[in-house]
Parts: sequence; structure tokens; C-alpha cells
Amino acid sequence: MASAVLFDNVSKHFAEVVAVDGVDLTIEDGEFFSMLGPSGSGKTTCLRMIAGFERPTSGRLLLRGTDVSGLPPYDRDVNTVFQDYALFPHMTVAENVGYGLMVRKVGQAERRNRVDEALALVHLETLGNRRPAQLSGGQRQRVALARALVNRPSVLLLDEPLGALDLKLRQEMQIELKALQREVGITFIYVTHDQEEALTMSDRLAVFNHGRVEQIGTPADVYESPRNAFVAGFVGVSNVVESAMAARLRGAPEPFTVRPEKITLSDRTVEPPDGTVSVEGTVIEATYLGMYSRYRVDVDGAVLLVASQNLDVDHSEVGAIRGKRVRLFWSERSCRPLAEAADDEKGPRPLTRLGS
Amino acid sequence: MTTPEKPTIQRIATALYRRPRLRLALLLGVPLLWMVGVYGGSIASLLVQSFFKLDSFSGTVDRSLTLDTWRDLFTGANMSVAARTIGMAASVTIASVVIAFPLAYYMARYASRRTKAVLVMAVLVPLWSSYLVRVYSWKLILSADGIVSWFFGRLGLSGLLDAILGLPGIGGPSLSVSFLGQFLVFVYIWLPYMVLPIQAALERVPRSFLEASADLGARPATTFRKVAWPLAIPGVAAGSIFTFSLTLGDYIIPTVIGDSSPFIGLAIYSYQGVAGNLPLAAAFAFVPIAVMGLYLVGAKRLGAFEAL
Repeated sequence: MASAVLFDNVSKHFAEVVAVDGVDLTIEDGEFFSMLGPSGSGKTTCLRMIAGFERPTSGRLLLRGTDVSGLPPYDRDVNTVFQDYALFPHMTVAENVGYGLMVRKVGQAERRNRVDEALALVHLETLGNRRPAQLSGGQRQRVALARALVNRPSVLLLDEPLGALDLKLRQEMQIELKALQREVGITFIYVTHDQEEALTMSDRLAVFNHGRVEQIGTPADVYESPRNAFVAGFVGVSNVVESAMAARLRGAPEPFTVRPEKITLSDRTVEPPDGTVSVEGTVIEATYLGMYSRYRVDVDGAVLLVASQNLDVDHSEVGAIRGKRVRLFWSERSCRPLAEAADDEKGPRPLTRLGS
Repeated sequence: MTTPEKPTIQRIATALYRRPRLRLALLLGVPLLWMVGVYGGSIASLLVQSFFKLDSFSGTVDRSLTLDTWRDLFTGANMSVAARTIGMAASVTIASVVIAFPLAYYMARYASRRTKAVLVMAVLVPLWSSYLVRVYSWKLILSADGIVSWFFGRLGLSGLLDAILGLPGIGGPSLSVSFLGQFLVFVYIWLPYMVLPIQAALERVPRSFLEASADLGARPATTFRKVAWPLAIPGVAAGSIFTFSLTLGDYIIPTVIGDSSPFIGLAIYSYQGVAGNLPLAAAFAFVPIAVMGLYLVGAKRLGAFEAL
């Protein structure tokens, strides 16, 4: 069976602006696939091209093996959950959910059944007669989901659907969305700028930057082995150790990254265990964050970020560490080589950078 | 220690801060006086007038309360004037919607900021010149030897124009003395009042609503019928209130253009002026008010204001 979605060297230009620049991407049937990137990285434009709201300037876009580059949205077997939900204010919840069936001339009885089913799927069975204006943000979000899913599309597109919800609701919805996707088995393509969301829900994800795909992989792949400094800095927080410093620390000039939580911070008299990379530095900032603390450590003029669980220290002890000379060490295998050299000219830098 | 005297302005501000009712009174005093006192009062005095009666012998107004004037109003001649006016107001409104909607849609959805500004100006600029001048210009445009006849002649379609003018009810010797001519001028004069409210309503419809409709499988015609049009209805209703009520009350266009068959405004004008029958003029003045009232109730029943 052909892939659910295939981008074949797709580009999209808006006048002078290159929004999407030669994207190749394959999304398999039944996957929960996220497109992650900062705003303006081209992820939403890619989603809108799948939906048919934008047409590629060049390249081919295939849905289940069929080239859809010239097909309007109403002739595509995909549905979208919009960022602002786009619920029709002059229709009830049930009319909104039944809209796709109504325009496709599905009979009244079947329509009612499927609307009920879809509302039950998102736990809103009792709200069918309400107007969207009478619902909370979370409920509107669910109506938007039901309205898209009721048509049983081959691909469901979600454009930052949780952006307008508060943190707690967002986290609940993340879990629920993932469960829903397993239940219905539809391919979900999820656009977000929130790396936590992408890591929580996705089977695979693509990191976008400046209209290009920087890396595609499972959340663990992308997090553990970022291909370049941009991915390392955008997906989670990372320390990028550049060649000069890398040579000093490990004897090889290949730049690598190390995640803050992989670094142990200890008294400088402590002897680092075998198989670790070790360095001394001065704590310039110590922030107590409840579950863990965050330290910024100056190592020969560069800053290394360390995240450490508050296992055996309390608030005042964390504060007292500031200004102290400390030893940092981390396991050799936590050093992740960067496949691509840092590309300074494009995009935001990763949070920290070691060496010169 | 003595507190220094506060500046007056500050004392006033503090007094207002402490007295919300006073604040409200200052805010609404003048508009309320105008709307309730001057405007409401005039209408009330009009209503009272309509229950007086003109003594047909002396030609003076008899100030004892009676329903005779209202009985006079509901005679065939007056009712046919009312019917003609309402029919004209309704057709002008419908024609305005048909012409204004595509323009408003273009302005709201597709036009660049610059184009939109140009179009808004183009819609508004005619309102800067005198209404009378524009109506008289139309008399020339529509006259038998005016530019419209000339144009039909050049196209070799004089026969068609004559055929249209030959139609009973709307035709006449020339466009400028026909019901059709009146209709054209009414539509021209009131069109801006329809374009702008529809455009404002459409501006408030997010693009994502139209995209969502297409996404769910609706072709453009369905999207228009089920999403764009229902959401534009408050604007259409607002515009139609203008075109409908302005046509109902107008008496200049029927005087200048057309075959001088009376409209409500014209009838009121002649009853209070020439005939000196102020009570009947007053009663007649309630016809447009009543029609507008019924129109608004009807529009509300049909849900025109639900999307507001």
C-alpha cells in the first residue's frame, strides 16, 4: 500500500518569500506524525498544502499514491482541525459535526448516528444542541476533532490545535489525542512549535527550519541523536560542544552535543568515574525549580547548562552553590556527535555553545 | 499638619470616581435628552396629531380625539400609494443586495489593502456631492435624448429599450418618466448604504471558516450558501434597513423622476402642505414606521441577527 502522504521535492513560494524549500517527506499509513519547528519554518504551509489550501509552486504531493497537487480541498480525502477551530457560529454542535456528511449528501438517519458516534468519541454526547459560543475552549477543541473525524478521512491534519488551551488541559488533551489516534487508526499529522507536545505524542516527527526538514525520526532518535545544532537546540535544550573544546575534552575535534540532564555536577574534589568526560567550572547561576534545579556553569568562558534532580539537596543548598568551583562529568555515550556542522547563518542558535 | 488644597480638576475627578451614577448621568445626559426629548417627543406629538381631524368645511384642525383620520388613511387610494412605495422599497433593497454583495465580498476577501481603500472611497465619494444634483443628473441621463437612449441606439438596441418601456406598470414614454427609471435612481442613490455593512460583516468572517467548509467537502456554491451568506446576513439586514427605510421615506426622487404617481413621502408632503391636512399627514407618517417595525420583527424571526 502506498504511503499516506508523500512530499516529493515540494517547494512553495509566496511572492519573494520561500516558505517551503524542496521538502521530501514520507508519512506512513496510521502514523502519528508531527511537524515541529519555529514559526515561519514552513510546517504550517506543508500542512495547508496537504489540505489543499495552498498549491505547491514545484514538486509533487501524493496522497495514497495519487498526485493531488491540482485537487481542491473538497476533493481530497483529508480533514483539518484548525488552530482557531473554525466552528461555524450559526450552527449547533451537532450541525457542525454533521456538516461534512450533510454536504456529501449522507442520509439523515445515518448522519445522526455518525454524529452521535463522533460526539461520543470526544465525550460530548450531551452537548449536541449547544452553539459553539456556549462551549469552553476545551469543548470547542473536541467539537473540531469530532467534525473532522466523523468523515473518516484517510489523514487528519491538526494545526497547533492545543495552542489556545491552558497548560493542564493541554497535557490532558495530548494524552487523549494519542489514545484517540490509536483507537481510530487514522494517520494524524500534527503541526506544533511545542517540542514537548511532539515528543509526547508522535510516532515520528520532522523538525522544520527555514522551509527545510532538518531531521526526521522517532522522538527518541531526534532527542538523543540530533543531527545538527539547530535540532539539538530546538528539540529540548542542549549543550553544543564545538570542535576546539571537543578536541581538548575527548581528544577528537568532532563537535558533539550533551543534554543538560546527562551531566553530573559534583564537588571538584570528587574523582570522575572511568568512561566519563570531565571538566571543571564555576557556577554562575543556580535556579531551584522544585523537581530539579538548573545550573549555568562557566567553563573557560563558555557556558554549560546542567539540569540536576533535587535528590539530596534542598532549596537553600541549591542557592549556596552559586559561585562555587565544581566538577562536571558525563558518560562518554552521552556525547552525541553532530552529523552536520553548525550552520550559523540559519535560524536561532541552540541555547548554549561551548568552545570557540 | 494641614493638607494642601487639591487642584479643582483633581477634586472633580475624585468626586466623579466616587459617584458612578453621576458619571453615567454626565455620559448619557445629552444623548438621552436628544433621543428621548427631541426625537421621541416629536414622534409622540405626531401620534397625537393623527388622532385629530381636519374640518373639511373650515379647513382648520379639530382638536378633539377621533379615529376618523385613521379611517381616511385606510382608503383605497392611500393604500395603493403605500403598496407602491413598499413594493419599490422592497425591489430596491433586493437589487441593492444583488449588486452590493459581490462587490463587498471582493473587498472583504480578495482586495489588497490599497485596492480596498480605493474601493471604499469609490463607494463613498458620491455621497459627498449633493443628493439633489445627483438625482437631477440622472433625469438627464435617463431622458429620451439622454446618454442611455443614445447608447442603446448605438448598439442598435433601441427596439429593446422601447420594448422594455412598453411594459405595463414599469414602463413609460422614456426612462426618466418611468417606474423603472425611479427604481434605477433609487438603487444608485442608496447602494453605498448596502455595500459598507455587508463588507463589514464579511470582514468579520475568518478565512478559516470558508477553508473549513471546503475542507469538509463543500464546493464553493455550498460554502457560499451554508457559511458565507448566513454569516453576512446581519450586514445584509443592516444594509436593508437603510435602503428600505430611506426608500420608504424619500419624496425627492418620485418628484423628479417618474410619472409623478405619489409615494408615501410625496403623499405626506402634499397632505401637510397643499391640503393642510396635518392629521392625515401624521397618520400617514406612521405607515413607514409600522412597516419598518414589522420588517425588523420579521428579520429577527428569521434569525437575521443571530450571528451578531
